[in-house]
Amino acid sequence: MKTYYNPEDLKKFGKIGEFQKSMADKFFDYYGEVFQEGALTAREKSLIALAVAHAIQCPYCIDAYTVDTMEKGCDEEQMMEAVHVAAAIRGGASLVHSTQMMNKVKEISM
Amino acid sequence: MKSLKAQQHPLSKIEYELEVLDTPIKGISFADKLANSNLFPLSPTQIDIFQINMGKMCNQVCKHCHVDAGPDRKEIMTRETMQLILEVIKKGGIKTVDLTGGAPEMNPEFRWFIEEIRKISSEVHIIVRCNLTIILANPKYHDLPEFYKKHHIEVVSSLPYFTAVKTDSQRGDGVFDKSIKALKMLNEVGYGAEGTGLQLNLVYNPAGAFLPASQEGLELEFKKRLKNSYDITFNALYTITNLPISRFLEYLLRSENYDSYMEKLLDAYNPVAAANVMCRNTISVGWDGYLYDCDFNQMLELKVASPTSQHIADWNKKSLLEREIIVKQHCFGCTAGAGSSCGGATA
Repeated sequence: MKTYYNPEDLKKFGKIGEFQKSMADKFFDYYGEVFQEGALTAREKSLIALAVAHAIQCPYCIDAYTVDTMEKGCDEEQMMEAVHVAAAIRGGASLVHSTQMMNKVKEISM
Repeated sequence: MKSLKAQQHPLSKIEYELEVLDTPIKGISFADKLANSNLFPLSPTQIDIFQINMGKMCNQVCKHCHVDAGPDRKEIMTRETMQLILEVIKKGGIKTVDLTGGAPEMNPEFRWFIEEIRKISSEVHIIVRCNLTIILANPKYHDLPEFYKKHHIEVVSSLPYFTAVKTDSQRGDGVFDKSIKALKMLNEVGYGAEGTGLQLNLVYNPAGAFLPASQEGLELEFKKRLKNSYDITFNALYTITNLPISRFLEYLLRSENYDSYMEKLLDAYNPVAAANVMCRNTISVGWDGYLYDCDFNQMLELKVASPTSQHIADWNKKSLLEREIIVKQHCFGCTAGAGSSCGGATA
């Protein structure tokens, strides 16, 4: 069955330079540096990436950062808490806009 | 849970296991990778370490065990074989004796053997790979921490994680709680405490088809969690990669993770780790006295390629140092990422 997402395509990510090499090279250099140990540990960055992967609902990123967080020594509880952070921000982003709705309601109501 | 051998599982037949492992990954063999790193044929650098399998008997049946150890395994080393090992130790040159199993303590000659090694030398470093739960398994083992201390033994113990769920999923129900109690008993006699010189090192290996975390970072995390939650201290954490043999191979095949795991190991091949593999300065001695390049080759029954010195009774250091180390696809486990050995990362 053909689908838009194929798990095998994740392995081809590094080959996107085939159509535009210089930009891909710059992107992967940058990407590599972002995930180095820094003010945040590589482990913390991996958990952030896992949460973001869920927020942007990227199946490739979810697979990649599920494995990566486990290989950084995280357990299921920590990983799920990271996803809840994404969910809280996503849910909160909707709910905080309700203030606009409330403003408007009050504006046009007697 | 029974051992693969007791289940008469196809993977308990070495021929079948080797057949699975003989298939190149993406057309590449471990020997090819070594050749690219100018390391093939792989040769020994020295024989500093004796890793001795005291037997396959164990009180636990861990899901990833490369020995396929368990209570139903009866193969244990005899005093006669230990005598032959002592004769070799007397000749000098062996710096470390690393006792493993199974649970090495279940061998009735375990204490005698250590006492005899100490009669020969107080300098030889002795390691016992203690599964922790054995200390609580029977009153006759409760004094093991004192025994280890008396003979100045380094204790190396597996603890896959600092939570019960992950530890028990790999090592069996209730293992985490018993391990914590055993670690406290070791701490009480001075193990893992600064200034005592009594080394207590833990081993982390992944509970699944993925690579271990960075040793340094995970050690800090383990130290923090075990101290805060249980007031337990230890010296170092060794991260070890699961090698695709025996029960872990069975898991990989059953869960359909074999191909992707092998590709992961291949992609993570590190030539620095390859140069530092432990088989280059270790000889593994089987429960029956046969000699192997490492504990994994021992379980695959791949005896050293030194025809005149394949058994401890025929010990010939010169011949062993001139041998070619036998490599197969499972060896990718020791060279992936930061490398892996019984002493943790190698690169």
